[in-house]
Amino acid sequence: MNETRLVTRRMADHPADSHTIERYEATGGYSQARRSLQMGRERLVELVKESGLLGRGGAAFPAGMKWSFLAPARPAYLVVNADESEPGTYKDRQLLERDPHQLVEGIIIAAVANEVHHAFVYVRGEYARPARRLQRAVEEAYGRGYLGKDIFGSDYDLEVVVHLGAGAYICGEETALLNSLEGHRGEPRLKPPYFPAATGLYGKPTIVNNVETISNLPHILELGADGFRKLGHPEDTGTFLFSVSGHVRKPGNYELPHGITWRELIFEVAGGLREGRTLKCWIPGGASAPWFVPADHLDLEITKDATGRAGSMLGSGAVVVMDDTTCVVRAAQRIVRFFAHESCGQCTPCREGTSWLEMILGRIEEGAGREVDVDVLLDVADNISVGLAWPPRMTTICPLGPSAVSPVSSITRYFKDEIMAHIHQAGCPLR
Amino acid sequence: MSEHTVRIVVDGRELEVPKGELVIKAAQDNGTYIPRFCWHPRMKPVGMCRMCLVFIDSGRGPMLTTACTTPVADGMKVDTTDPAVKKAQEGILEFLLINHPLDCPVCDRGGECPLQDQTMAYGPGESRFVEEKRHFEKPIPISDLVMLDRERCILCARCTRFSEEVSGDPLIEFLDRGYHTEVNTFPDHPFRSYFSGNTVQICPVGALTATLYRFRARPWDLVAVESTCTHCTAGDRIVIQASQNEILRFLGVDAEATNQGWLSDKCRFGFGYINSDQRLTVPLIRDGDGFREATWGEALDLIAQRLGDVIRTSGPDAVAALGGARGTNEDAYALSKFMRTVVGSNNLDCRMDDTLDAEFLAATVDRALISDIDRAKTILVWGPDLKEEHPTLYLRVRRAAIGSVPGLVSSNSDAHLAAAAGATLVVVHPRATGLDPVADFKLTYRPGSGAELLAQLRAGEGRLAEVRAALAEGPVVALVGRTGSTEDPRLAEAVAAFVRTLPDAKILPLARRANTYGALDMGVAPTLLPGRVSISEETFTAWGDIPRKPGRDCRSILEGALAGDIQALLLVGADPVRDVPDGDLADRALDAVPFLVAVDLFLTDSAGRADVVLPADGFGEKEGTVTNLEGRVQKVNAIVPGAGQSRPDWSILDDLARRMGSSLGFGSAEAIAKEIAEVAPAYRGVTWDVLDWEARDGVVVPGGEGTQPLVYLPADTPGPIIKADLVLHSARTMYDDGVTMRHTPHLHRLAPGAALHVHPDDAARLGLGFRARVVGSSGSATLPVVTDPSLARGVVYVPFNQPGCPPLGSDPRVTVEPA
Ligand SMILES: Cc1cc2nc3c(=O)[nH]c(=O)nc-3n(C[C@H](O)[C@H](O)[C@H](O)COP(=O)(O)O)c2cc1C
Ligand code: SF4
Ligand code: SF4
Ligand code: FES
Repeated sequence: MNETRLVTRRMADHPADSHTIERYEATGGYSQARRSLQMGRERLVELVKESGLLGRGGAAFPAGMKWSFLAPARPAYLVVNADESEPGTYKDRQLLERDPHQLVEGIIIAAVANEVHHAFVYVRGEYARPARRLQRAVEEAYGRGYLGKDIFGSDYDLEVVVHLGAGAYICGEETALLNSLEGHRGEPRLKPPYFPAATGLYGKPTIVNNVETISNLPHILELGADGFRKLGHPEDTGTFLFSVSGHVRKPGNYELPHGITWRELIFEVAGGLREGRTLKCWIPGGASAPWFVPADHLDLEITKDATGRAGSMLGSGAVVVMDDTTCVVRAAQRIVRFFAHESCGQCTPCREGTSWLEMILGRIEEGAGREVDVDVLLDVADNISVGLAWPPRMTTICPLGPSAVSPVSSITRYFKDEIMAHIHQAGCPLR
Repeated sequence: MSEHTVRIVVDGRELEVPKGELVIKAAQDNGTYIPRFCWHPRMKPVGMCRMCLVFIDSGRGPMLTTACTTPVADGMKVDTTDPAVKKAQEGILEFLLINHPLDCPVCDRGGECPLQDQTMAYGPGESRFVEEKRHFEKPIPISDLVMLDRERCILCARCTRFSEEVSGDPLIEFLDRGYHTEVNTFPDHPFRSYFSGNTVQICPVGALTATLYRFRARPWDLVAVESTCTHCTAGDRIVIQASQNEILRFLGVDAEATNQGWLSDKCRFGFGYINSDQRLTVPLIRDGDGFREATWGEALDLIAQRLGDVIRTSGPDAVAALGGARGTNEDAYALSKFMRTVVGSNNLDCRMDDTLDAEFLAATVDRALISDIDRAKTILVWGPDLKEEHPTLYLRVRRAAIGSVPGLVSSNSDAHLAAAAGATLVVVHPRATGLDPVADFKLTYRPGSGAELLAQLRAGEGRLAEVRAALAEGPVVALVGRTGSTEDPRLAEAVAAFVRTLPDAKILPLARRANTYGALDMGVAPTLLPGRVSISEETFTAWGDIPRKPGRDCRSILEGALAGDIQALLLVGADPVRDVPDGDLADRALDAVPFLVAVDLFLTDSAGRADVVLPADGFGEKEGTVTNLEGRVQKVNAIVPGAGQSRPDWSILDDLARRMGSSLGFGSAEAIAKEIAEVAPAYRGVTWDVLDWEARDGVVVPGGEGTQPLVYLPADTPGPIIKADLVLHSARTMYDDGVTMRHTPHLHRLAPGAALHVHPDDAARLGLGFRARVVGSSGSATLPVVTDPSLARGVVYVPFNQPGCPPLGSDPRVTVEPA
């Protein structure tokens, strides 16, 4: 099964220098940015709406619709979310590192479409090299007059600031990101307002989009809405970057249209499992997502809706594959530990509850579990994410707390016996 | 349903509630209490504790939602009793308790702890948490006044929000994140805030405790009474708590009209002096260089005889009285009546030559209320640094200037706060003030040149024209007072006169000392009679035949003593040697006067020179009324007995009158209050009954049956412009060497100390080293030098009344030389 390359085309064709401005321009780069200045706001927003582009940051919200929510007050800001920190997700990294000008061109288009003159890119703190590459690209764009005053000789001004985060996953949540950018603690803001498009950075209307979302814009302009739609699934247009990791033979980023099945993704695209291993389960959309198991989900179509109906999400596209050597208690404990560690600490249930879950799972894994722990586990989880429903019914401000519940609900649902075996054998039955 | 209300349903009950109100508040005002920890009605909601989760249905089905962050909307249905709601709330409590040390038996909050109470009401039976609890080093001092126990903290952000939003000194913050989040201060930056005690009061657990109160009492052992704070003139409402006849704690009361629940640390912790073992407990009579103890009878007879002699030989005008602003209105009324009817003299003044004209303070036209600040479009502060001298007014003005309206849902972003429209704030003061960070305009001037600035404000260009334009936007509230002791008191009045030329402007005249307004209203001034009546007003007949010629004010009394015209001087809660800016004059006057009587709590610098010293009851030891800067009359109440044989001022004066063959006719403080309510026109009808039972926020006089015969128009005579190479600004700080502070050691320690603040350029120009000698018009001192680039060049600043520094005089001209 072949990839459908759009945002990863250039890096595949020119692996040595896809990040340079020379290569970028030699392969048609910045022509769509120039065009966007001619097209004007309304047509751009319309185009993106028609393209059906869904946000690639995790929530899969229609990008054009988000733009049309932007409040009329000015100044307004554009913020590109490059905080990519979800365990298993590493697609934005590649886009930043290997094709930064594509992002810059996307930023120009998005800025023009939203009448924005100040854009910020918030890059994950640990992404030193991607940030350097991007910074370099921004400087080059300034140098050629594509950013700054009167870009491309028009009378449009656009400033772009690259900002490095300080190592907090929660700053990927868009309102925590804005707080962090403003110099505050990285804590999600209260909702409402539901969208920064109403009140965002410095209290001004703000568009927050993911790196991949923005990187798609030059291609939408080039292909037109129909051309873009045709590439993907009718409901989920364009391509999607899957970061496949775990127990597969060929882990990596794959750019694919929606609509293939999990079987195809895991066994064809990613090369299947190693000799003698069988598939135990996988996480379909990042650490926050409830897990899938072969018996129920292997032949499901990969689309937003099909995944949602099956009780999970595609999220940020991180697919983590686990084979039969995996201790699911241990796997769940590691994921919960991640969320507990990354909780901002505002909400009581997330601050206290995720660590409690981590401790109980840790005890079970070490062989000090009690039968009652399973009930406690489920009830603590229920007090963070009521009914363990999906999408979660949260008792918290943001979805991070409920994210920590996904592995708990998954293993208690599919692997209850394995948990009980840990308890009864006072340790891991797989070891 | 009006345009200002919406209909919602709470637990099946249909309610009509104000638009925009938060669900938690709307429910509470209608009798449904939703449990909460982090929400506080005076701060913006943060939705952190999640305790207030209830079902809210805004048309898309019931969803668990925090009631403290959700504004009501028409048709909204709220369910606070559903089992799922109960389960969520129990879950939150369990989460809060898993790491709570449960050391209630040794916790100050035990017995008055919201966490304890809510656990009883909503909590799970027992804990399922078998893991190791989170540990922190047990209580750590985060300032001289506050201790922090992070293990008890439930991370509700009340303290951090208070210091950021309300007091504006964000010294206490969250550190780290998630499970390891802790409240703490930054290294080398203790929680040194004038308002730190408020965080102790609003902390919902025993995480923040007051050093002073720790382990002193259990809530169920305390007796309490509501009263009015008299550290400054704002009239802040407090609760005084005592155990076994000792005052242990003050709490702020949320009175909308005044302090809205907040107190400065001086108000909250500044009661140590009441319990001091240095209090005067028996009358003293001079005996050579010292004193001997005497009985009341002996002491009062001696005073009666000596006053009688002076009146007989030199006439009643040879007798004078200073003070009366530290007691109650009843005390002040007694002093006023004593001087007028028993002595026959108008030489009395409650002011210490450090404030403004008596008529202006008592009876200016267009007087504002404190709450007018909230609604002002523009606020002008041309007077003392409110943060230092009127701390709760500072909080109120700050809030109005920021424009953050509590109860409004907003994101937790500063920028968002700033976006909510606040009043335009104009601050005029010779140096930096606490309000500067939130001021839209700050005008600085050299002491002595205020009149010049005022003229420019009336007609100047550029920035001054901008300020003038801002002031043209009413409603304007102008808080005017004397910026410091070297400023001509007439300047503030001239500012008020200017304010009156603005459309839609009101004035709050500022005087600082305790019950100054009450004392003026009782006629403790050379030109005033009780109830805002001019001394020449013949319709005031209640006291029979009294002298009608205006008497001497404070300065003139001291000068008279020096000249030999004043033969006997009564100090009633007055310490002119420390309080009068021309300390030198006071010093010599007290030495010169042949007969000096002091009624006081302590043997102050002034009382130490008296011939007879009488011990008086202090705050918390007597009942009465006081009047704040708005003219609001409120009760003060007694909770402990006085020290030793001390008595209230009124009773001392009543006794003295009888021994002088006259009578004031008083039986009790309440009887005096009745007399005031009859004879003082502005106070007509304001009896204790009314204050105790009807008027929750006191009565602003003249109210109801009251009238105000004297209505004063501020004079537009700002005084001369004084220029010199170096000019002195000297102003009070919250903590100083005043008598109550001196006997409240833990606050006295916090006084900034005597120092000469000077611009670095001036320090270099004058060749100043570590110490310098400053010579003022009426005093001099050698002081440590502090360079302060925020000062204008040519201005030096010396904080007033600091340990080790006498007053330097009221003239701005000074000289400074290296020492
Ligand atoms: C806990 C949490 C972490 C998130 N982290 C990221 C992230 O690292 N990168 C990202 O683009 N979006 C992240 N999001 C989603 C953003 O909040 C936001 O929806 C997204 O950036 C919007 O961009 P899009 O519409 O282009 O997808 C996160 C959301 C949550 C709740
Ligand atoms: S759910 Fe967790 S990460 Fe999200 S706001 Fe609450 S405490 Fe912070
Ligand atoms: S110290 Fe008290 S007020 Fe401050 S966050 Fe903790 S519990 Fe809340
Ligand atoms: S009171 Fe509502 S979340 Fe704390």
